[in-house]
Amino acid sequence: MSPDRAEARKAREGRGTAEPQEAARRLAPARVLDIDPLLDDPKTRIVVCCGSGGVGKTTTAAALGLRAAERGRKVVVLTIDPARRLAQSMGIDSLDNVPRKVKGTDGDGELHAMMLDMKRTFDEVVEAHADPERAAAILANPFYQSLSAGFAGTQEYMAMEKLGQLRAKDEWDLIVVDTPPSRSALDFLDAPKRLGSFLDGRLIRLLTAPAKLGGRAGMAFLNVGMSMMTGTLGKLLGGQLLKDVQTFVAAMDTTFGGFRTRADATYKLLQAPGTAFLVVAAPERDALREAAYFVERLAAEDMPLVGLVLNRVHGSGAGRLSAERALAAAENLEDRRIVDQADGKASLRNSPDTYGSSQSSATETAADAPANAPEEGSPADTEHSVDRLTAGLLRLHADRMQLLSREQRTRDRFTARHPEVAVVEVPALPGDVHDLVGLRDIGDRLAAERPEHPEHPEHI
Amino acid sequence: MSRLQVVSGKGGTGKTTVAAALALALATEGKRTLLVEVEGRQGIAQLFETEALPYEERKIAVAPGGGEVYALAIDPELALLDYLQMFYKLGGAGRALKKLGAIDFATTVAPGLRDVLLTGKACEAVRRKDRSGRFVYDYVVMDAPPTGRITRFLNVNDEVAGLAKIGPIHNQAQAVMRVLKSPETAVHLVTLLEEMPVQETADGIAELRAARLPVGRVIVNMVRPEVLDAADLELVRTVERSSVAQALSTAGLGGARRGGNAEKLVDPLLEQAAEYAERYALEQEQRAVLGELGLPLHELPLLAEGMDLAGLYELATELRKQGLS
Repeated sequence: MSPDRAEARKAREGRGTAEPQEAARRLAPARVLDIDPLLDDPKTRIVVCCGSGGVGKTTTAAALGLRAAERGRKVVVLTIDPARRLAQSMGIDSLDNVPRKVKGTDGDGELHAMMLDMKRTFDEVVEAHADPERAAAILANPFYQSLSAGFAGTQEYMAMEKLGQLRAKDEWDLIVVDTPPSRSALDFLDAPKRLGSFLDGRLIRLLTAPAKLGGRAGMAFLNVGMSMMTGTLGKLLGGQLLKDVQTFVAAMDTTFGGFRTRADATYKLLQAPGTAFLVVAAPERDALREAAYFVERLAAEDMPLVGLVLNRVHGSGAGRLSAERALAAAENLEDRRIVDQADGKASLRNSPDTYGSSQSSATETAADAPANAPEEGSPADTEHSVDRLTAGLLRLHADRMQLLSREQRTRDRFTARHPEVAVVEVPALPGDVHDLVGLRDIGDRLAAERPEHPEHPEHI
Repeated sequence: MSRLQVVSGKGGTGKTTVAAALALALATEGKRTLLVEVEGRQGIAQLFETEALPYEERKIAVAPGGGEVYALAIDPELALLDYLQMFYKLGGAGRALKKLGAIDFATTVAPGLRDVLLTGKACEAVRRKDRSGRFVYDYVVMDAPPTGRITRFLNVNDEVAGLAKIGPIHNQAQAVMRVLKSPETAVHLVTLLEEMPVQETADGIAELRAARLPVGRVIVNMVRPEVLDAADLELVRTVERSSVAQALSTAGLGGARRGGNAEKLVDPLLEQAAEYAERYALEQEQRAVLGELGLPLHELPLLAEGMDLAGLYELATELRKQGLS
C-alpha cells in the first residue's frame, strides 16, 4: 500500500491509530534504511558508526562522509584505526590529530578527515586546562603515562572527547565518527563513565586527601581502611606509585573540573537530537549477535539508533540455479569426462530444459540446444578443459548459493528479533577499498534503491 | 615443543577457536592441557557449548585417545586476591579492600599490574607439579589479547618497571618474564588472507622480536577451498562463451542457444569467476607477504557450516596432521 492510499484509508475508516502497526507489518521482516535523507538532513549533525571489529566500520564511516560531502555538506570524519592504504588515500596517514581536508572530492561540499591519536588527545586535554608548569608536571608523571597509553578504555574515552571537541568547534555541518575496535562494542559507551568515576571517585579522594577525612570523627573507620589499604598497596606496588598517583590526581583535580563532568557532557551529546547511531555488521553469526546486543543497549541508554548497515552481503546473478542442481550438473560434466576418456563418446549431450522452477519456458526444449552442432573440430582436450572449467564454475556457484542462504538465515534471525530496525545491505566487494573511487562506490551501494530482498535478481 | 603456547591474532581472525583447537590437539593421546582465557569474554565456554566458566580450573573436553582439556577464565580481581592471600595471608582484609574499590583500582588502572597477574597465573600453571613431581599440565594454551596489544601484554617487565620498582609485584614480574622469554614459551599469531590482518601480523611479529619474545608460528585461519586453479582462471579470460553454454547444456542445464537457459547462466557464472579471480590474486599476494616472515606457516580450512564443537575437533585433527602438536 502506498502512503497516499494508506492516508486515504485512514481518512475513510477514521482509525488512524491502527495504521502504524499495519505499516510495520507490511515492511517486515526488514525496513529499508534510506541513507541519503539522513545525510542530507541539516538537523543530522553527528553520525556514530558502531559495531564489532572487522565488519567494515571505518570504511563505512569514510564512505558516508564522502557521500555527504559530495551531496553538499561540510563533513569531518573521525577514524580510529584505518587501514594504512585507506588513510593514505584520504591524506591522513600522518598522525597529527587534526582534521585535514581531503582532496579530490566532487561537488560543493567539503570532506575533512582525521585519525585519532589517543595519547595526544589526552595530552591536549591536560594542556588546555592546566598552566604550562602544571601541565608539564602531569605529562611527566609515570602514572599519567601509563594511564594515557594503556588504560583499558582510554581510546574509547578519547574518541568521545575528540568528538566533543569537534562538535564544540562548530566548524562542520556533519561529524561522522568511527568507534574503536573494542572487543565489546559497548565499551565506548561505558568508558567515559568508568574513567570519569574512577578519577573522580571515592577511592581517589581517599588516596589524595586522607588528612582531611581523618579530621572528621565519622570518617574514622574509613581512615582505618585507608591506612591499611595504602599500606598494602604500598607494599605491593612500592610506595613510589602511590605517591605518583597522589600527585597526579591532585594536579588533575585542581586544573580542571572533573572528568566526570566532561564524560557526562559527552554522553548527553550522544543522546541529543541530531545524533544518529548506525550499527554496522556483517551477515555472520557473531557480528549480528553483537549488533543485536548493541541495538538493545542503545535503546536502554536512550541513544538514537537509525538503523543497521549490513556489509559484505553476497548475491548471485544466477540465483535461480540452486546449489544442489549446480553440484549435480558439475558431477555430470565430470562423469562425462570419465566416460569420454573410457570410450571416446559424448554420452551426455544436450539435456532438455528442465531445471529451475515450473515457470521455466515451455518453448525451450531439447531441440533448442544445438544438438546437431558437434564441437566444430575443436580438439577433445580443449573441450575437456572447458568442461573442467564449467564444472568449476558450477561448484563456485554452489558455494555462493550456500553462502547466500547462510547469510539470509543469519539476517533473518536478527530481523525476527528486531523488526523495528531499518536495514541497508551493502553488496560484498571482492577486494579491499583504498581510494576515493572505492569509497564512492560503497556510498552508492549504501544509498542504492533496492527491493526489500535485493538478492536473487531474476536472470533466468 | 614449548609448554606455554600463547595464541594471539587480530580481532575477528578466530584466535579463540585456534587456541581451543590447539589445546585439543595437544591433549590428544593421554596428555592434559589447560586452556586459559584472560579477557573475561567467556569465548571458551561459548565454543565448547558449556555454561560460563568460573575462576577455577575445570575439565571441559576429552581429546581423542584419552587426553583431557581443562579451562580457566582468569579474573584479574580474583587473581589479585589470591595473590594477596598467598603472600600476606590477608583473609577478611582482602574483602575489605575489595569493598573499598582498591582491588578494582589496582587491577584496572595500572595496566601493567593487571597483566602481571594474568600472565603470572598462566606461568604458575606451567610450572605446577603434583606430589610425584610431574607437571600437572603437559601444556598450557593461552587465548591472549589481540596482536595490537600482545607485546605490551607479555612484556610485563617493562610495563611494571616504570610503576613498581621494588616489592613483590616487581619480583613476580621478573619471574614471569623469565618464563615468557625462554624456549618454554611460543607465541603464535592467527591471521586471515586479507590485507589488514596480514599487515597487523607482520607488525606484531616485528614488535615481539624487538622485545625478544619467542615467536612461534603463523596460522592462517578460515582459508577458502581452491575451486578454480590458476589454469582455470587463465581459461576464464579467454574461453568462448558459447562453449561454456554448450558444456552447461551438456550437464543438463537447458538450451545453449542465445536466450536458452544454459546460455543465460554463462554471464553470471563468469562474473562470479572474475570475482573469485580477483580475490584469489589478493590472497596469493598476502600469502607471499606471510611467506617472507620467515616463520612456519599453517593453514586451517574455512568450515562451510560455521564453527561448532564438531568443527573444533576437525581443526584439532588438522593441526595435528600439520605437526603443530
